[in-house]
Amino acid sequence: MKARLSLLLGSLGAALVAFALAAPRVVAADKVDPAADAKAFQNFFFQKFPNVKHEDFVNGPYSMNEDMKRQWQEKEEFPPYEFALDAGKEMFATPFKNGKTYADCFPNGGIGIRQNYPYFDTKEGKVVTLELALNRCREANGEAPYSYVKDEMASLTAYMAFTSRGKPMDIKIPDDPRALAAFENGKRYFYTRRGQMNFSCASCHVQSPGERIRAEILAPALGILNAMPIYRSEWSGMGTTSRRFVTCNSQTRAVPLEPQSDEYRDVEYFLSYVANGLPISGPGARP
Amino acid sequence: MKRSCLLAILFASTVALPSAHAATEADYKAAYAAAEAASKEAAGMRNQWTVTVSALAAARKAADGGDFDRAIAAAKEAEALAKASIFQATTEKEAWKAMEIR
Ligand code: HEC
Repeated sequence: MKARLSLLLGSLGAALVAFALAAPRVVAADKVDPAADAKAFQNFFFQKFPNVKHEDFVNGPYSMNEDMKRQWQEKEEFPPYEFALDAGKEMFATPFKNGKTYADCFPNGGIGIRQNYPYFDTKEGKVVTLELALNRCREANGEAPYSYVKDEMASLTAYMAFTSRGKPMDIKIPDDPRALAAFENGKRYFYTRRGQMNFSCASCHVQSPGERIRAEILAPALGILNAMPIYRSEWSGMGTTSRRFVTCNSQTRAVPLEPQSDEYRDVEYFLSYVANGLPISGPGARP
Repeated sequence: MKRSCLLAILFASTVALPSAHAATEADYKAAYAAAEAASKEAAGMRNQWTVTVSALAAARKAADGGDFDRAIAAAKEAEALAKASIFQATTEKEAWKAMEIR
């Protein structure tokens, strides 16, 4: 398996063969049924990794490898995201120039609500992620938006995730054809092959979790967003969900989309919904 | 006599070179335009490849340096990559379903 993956990664020839083999399969009924999708998605991972406790899937690569998990648990005594967490807490409490705070923009003052993001906004007709909601809050209060891939956004979401740790992911899909379309679009984005490597998100995070790709162990797609944002040694800093999507696209030699583009918002909606019931574990730390 | 002959050759070659370049520059421009059109189509399908973008940049760089042979080769590579990405995006409109967990 390991050899197969590196072979595919290393050679365009192999990728092209995979390309040719990916013949379209005709699927008869295309009714959108998110609940059934989530059930199938979770069952797939529960059966593929019968020894992994269900709530452990949210710990990304650590759920796949005992040695790595031990090292991580030792590290958690002095977590590398602590700095971001403190910064985020302070930013969250600091009033904008108009005297209001982030708390004024969110239900329950923004505390313990991470598990409800992203949500489908029936007024806008689109998916709203936590990162997007934070920047909209800033702009509504006369502040410039933050970069979606940099430290400030990661600090804010780290703090909000921390106040929600342990709460089960709880994403709703309202009875609205546009919400179902967004879910379906996110699903399509997740399974669609792209880039010169001809990989979809699923090629790595469904077909190969636990396998090594260069120095890294691939996280399973189930619960893959529950630990966001994450500290990565490789980044020597924190990364938002947006940053992770951009990095994963580039790895397959696909030009990444703009952070918070419709596709990224929708794939976040899809991945979060199918992780319903699994606990928020963010912020996370990765080797 | 020997000397003037050499000079004549040198002269001829400096005259000949720009005209040879002019011909290849037009070829380059055509090759680049085709590559750029294909890459725009791929981007419109939200499926641009990083290697297409790099090959286009390499073509421009070689052309700026007057190396039109390399520029044309890079432009042709860019076009082939862009066309492969368009093919991929077109195929995947249905093919993604084969990977779905059901
Ligand atoms: C070429 C393989 C590959 C593809 C394709 C890929 N990723 Fe990744 N992804 C990685 C690697 C490597 C990491 C870092 C190790 C890890 O945590 O899995 C990662 C990490 C992640 C993480 C963080 C997980 C964690 O717990 O640290 C998320 C979220 C993620 N990817 C989402 C996606 C999405 C969404 C897509 C499709 C747009 C995608 N990935 C496509 C290789 C890939």
